[in-house]
Amino acid sequence: MVELAAEKHVRYIITVEKVSYSIRKLTCCPDPLPQYLQKKDAFESVVMEHLRMNGAYWGLTTLDLLGKLHVVDQDEVISWVMECQHESGGFAGNIGHDPHILYTLSAVQVLALFDKLNMLDIEKSVLEGQISAFLVHDDLILIHRAEKNYALGLRSTLTLYSDIASLQNEDGSFSGDMWGEVDTRFSYIAICCLSLLHQLDKIDVEKAVNYIVRCKNLDGGFGATPGGESHAGQIFCCVGALAITGSLHHVDKDLLGWWLCERQVKSGGLNGRPEKLPDVCYSWWVLSSLIMIDRVHWIDREKLIKFILDCQDLEQGGISDRPDDAVDVFHTYFGVAGLSLLEYPGVKAIDPAYALPVDVVNRILLPHD
Amino acid sequence: MHGRPRNPSKPEDEEASAAKASKLRALQSQFLHNHHSKLYDKGALELSAKLLEINPEFYTAWNYRKLAVEHCLSQPGSDPESILNEELRAVEGALRQNFKSYGAWYHRKWVLSKGHSSVDHEMRLLDKFQKADPRNFHAWNYRRFVAALKNISEEDELKYTTDMIERNFSNYSAWHNRSILLSNLLKRKAEVFPKEKILSEEYELVHQAIFTDPDDQSGWFYHLWLLEQTVTKDAPWLISCWPASGSELIISDSKSASSCTASPLSSYFSDGRVEMPVILYFNQAIKGVNTSTVTVRSVFAESKDLVWRPLSLSNFGSAQAWVAFLKFSEVKIDYSMSYEVEVSLGDSSGIVSLNGCPLTHAFQSKFMVRFQQPDSRNTDGQNIGSISWEDSNFQNYEGGPEQCNIIPPCIQLKMAKDHEPIASKWQVDILMNEIELFRELLSAADCKIGKLTLARLLTALDTLMLYNDTSNSCQMRHTEEILALYTDLMKLDPSHSQYYREEHSLTFLRQVSCSKENLLRYCWLYRNSALSDSRNLVCLRLNNLSLARVGSIENLLWVQMLDLSHNELRSIEGLEAMQLLSCLNLSNNKIKSFTALDPLRHLKSLKVLNISQNEIGKHSVDTTRYLCSSPLSHTEASDWRRSGLCSTDDAQLSKYWEAFLVFRDLTLVQLGITGNKVVNEDFRSFLLKILPTLERLDDTNL
Repeated sequence: MVELAAEKHVRYIITVEKVSYSIRKLTCCPDPLPQYLQKKDAFESVVMEHLRMNGAYWGLTTLDLLGKLHVVDQDEVISWVMECQHESGGFAGNIGHDPHILYTLSAVQVLALFDKLNMLDIEKSVLEGQISAFLVHDDLILIHRAEKNYALGLRSTLTLYSDIASLQNEDGSFSGDMWGEVDTRFSYIAICCLSLLHQLDKIDVEKAVNYIVRCKNLDGGFGATPGGESHAGQIFCCVGALAITGSLHHVDKDLLGWWLCERQVKSGGLNGRPEKLPDVCYSWWVLSSLIMIDRVHWIDREKLIKFILDCQDLEQGGISDRPDDAVDVFHTYFGVAGLSLLEYPGVKAIDPAYALPVDVVNRILLPHD
Repeated sequence: MHGRPRNPSKPEDEEASAAKASKLRALQSQFLHNHHSKLYDKGALELSAKLLEINPEFYTAWNYRKLAVEHCLSQPGSDPESILNEELRAVEGALRQNFKSYGAWYHRKWVLSKGHSSVDHEMRLLDKFQKADPRNFHAWNYRRFVAALKNISEEDELKYTTDMIERNFSNYSAWHNRSILLSNLLKRKAEVFPKEKILSEEYELVHQAIFTDPDDQSGWFYHLWLLEQTVTKDAPWLISCWPASGSELIISDSKSASSCTASPLSSYFSDGRVEMPVILYFNQAIKGVNTSTVTVRSVFAESKDLVWRPLSLSNFGSAQAWVAFLKFSEVKIDYSMSYEVEVSLGDSSGIVSLNGCPLTHAFQSKFMVRFQQPDSRNTDGQNIGSISWEDSNFQNYEGGPEQCNIIPPCIQLKMAKDHEPIASKWQVDILMNEIELFRELLSAADCKIGKLTLARLLTALDTLMLYNDTSNSCQMRHTEEILALYTDLMKLDPSHSQYYREEHSLTFLRQVSCSKENLLRYCWLYRNSALSDSRNLVCLRLNNLSLARVGSIENLLWVQMLDLSHNELRSIEGLEAMQLLSCLNLSNNKIKSFTALDPLRHLKSLKVLNISQNEIGKHSVDTTRYLCSSPLSHTEASDWRRSGLCSTDDAQLSKYWEAFLVFRDLTLVQLGITGNKVVNEDFRSFLLKILPTLERLDDTNL
């Protein structure tokens, strides 16, 4: 059987993400970058620029799962991430773009990977005149920026927590930004972010849970809004939000488990809805949901591992949606994360609800000495 | 990138791609400049439309256009009609490029919510998109949005799903929308949509789909939904309780029970405690059990002094099983007396399902309690904590059925007052008809959905008939056939064999537990030959049965000693309701983590536990991490470490927090844990600290 080409994937990620951060110590890649990795901007990468923050999260989490997070320049990444923060508190997909909760989550997750969630507190601390506790070299840029914002009179608006909390609607749902699109994806994001920041009490959790429960369908799955069709990605969001808020008793685990395990098709891959094609990204959406409701043993593990490994580009690195399709960082992340959920050797364990390595989540949420 | 082939790129392709890239980059930076400078003139607007046509997912450009619309509408003499029409055109242009663009669809909703556009126009557009891709969920979501906004009737929309399904039944999206519409119509317009008639028609429709191509999943879940609609009642009702109605219970202290002569199945060993659980078990999770909804009359306690606790893994005050403890300490016990206890519920509507449906079938139960006089000679006799699970310590239980008072809940219910038949004739007729049809299907072709559906139909029928049968016996008539179907399915569809194995186990346990006669076959008398122990402990031995799941707990509430060893259990969910359990053997199963043992936290009577030879500590992924009480799911207070003990050092606590959360409230005296990867000297020393009552750890007396 084909094995996981971990080194190739690491190299692939470093290449596609090279615009936003550079390589500090390329332990995995001793030679200079090969010619084929130095090509010009492709249309495909420009067309994705609005979601570069998501890309950073996908790439960096993959590196961490493969034990290679140290090859990137942490300071450079973090200062880029913080440049994407809007004065309202939320983050944009890239510098100069509008803030949206989709990118706020990725920013928080990237900061969590580097154990730098305190970046968000620094802003607050500066405002409250308590900077001394954080005076370490790495953080000077941030402190400088926060002081600048303070001088600009942004004191009352500059908190991420209240920005996320302000997106909650009367019915408990969440909007993605000030323009009001509502989707259970945004409920998950708000809950996941605030939990990582220990600020869940800033929203009405009960109402948020009730809204998600209103999106439950006949098949046990969940849709984007009440009445919306079940979709594995949406199910991950809703089950994840219920998991983080300790509300999984609202899920019919056997009914949803059967729907989810029937996503496995003959090739071993998983699809996202009945009668659709399999796709590596559902290795994450379906598997993480199955794990959260303790039904992952209802699918065939070996066949799924084989499907994911068959989607690798063994020459240039990266993983695609289906065998022999073009690779991208999104599917590379979901493929590696899927293997992590399947306990594939050599891949760090990932948490099914927070979509971060287990050690990162434990570091944040479990008390330590 | 979805569905793009992985071709080695040719130099000319790369050139073309780079040229397109630089054009798009120029557009994007010009656009961002316009956006930041708040330029909303015609040229700037056209540029943003052009950008969105190439890249509809560029969300900042949609935001910009909304700002522009608001700006233009606020200008004196503006023409809203033309401004908003321009937006609709921009959306259509973007959707032509990518009709899965969230940003484009939402922009259209935003324009419509400004009161613009016509129903006809939107429906024409939708027809075009839904014909091109009948499964596009954006289009379906948008359709529901337009229907609600423009007050299109649910009947019309139902007709649309019929048309879509008749055009091509393989359309899960249409079946889904149909289930949403019908749920509403069945509820709101019951006079035009009578349930019995509608369900029959819907079965007809879905048969066409399933019987045409049994491998196509489109109709599978709809059929299962219809089955649910046929047999499930929204309203909750009580299905079991302990002590059973009409029973006579002997309470003895296990430390001095050597001369117990009564039937062991009617004894409750209070083990030095001066209380006894009363357990209520409902057909679904409910909330609202408290002293004002449940009345308990006895000399021991006033109803209002009881505390009802939900037995569930979450902290939300809802559960299928509830317990309260009757305390005897307040009363001077007369050993020659029998005391009557009466439990009744249903007088108030405070007990409701999670959907807010109130309880049906008021329930009243009376049982008698007698106390066994302590034997003064034996006050420092053997403690319960020296249990050995070897076969040689178990003897066939010879006490005949007439001596014991295991009363299956179905009979309990029949004895209860105000009991009406649970099943109606139309429900039984529908099930019989479906069973016949699926038998026919299977005689023509060996298909998995046929077998699975038949197994589910037979299970539903057996369960319905259980409570309808007028005789005083309870039998699951089709068990053998159902078990055979699941065995077939494991071979037919090996990828999902664990799912069928669990259904098989649940069916088997329903059969074992549905009657007194069946249960007694698995009851054994425990006698430890090594210790002249003459206590009459009855053990339910369900060991070595390939069980992959526990179930039918409502029939097992009386069990005090349970052997589930040598099975294939990964989970023990449900065991939290077995409040009488004092000895439990889970050795040689597939338990993977301490979080999977979370149900044990509720078992305050548990003294002896064997979890040796499992897989705790072996796996990097914990599948019950979010199904237990934990700081990760905010179901455990942030100061959980401080509750309990101070002798443990924090490093161990951080390392073994899952074990701590399970064991901290238990008073185990005997624990077997060897044969799990997590066990080492450090862990053993931790266990000794958090379990101060422990007298025996694996083979070591402490």
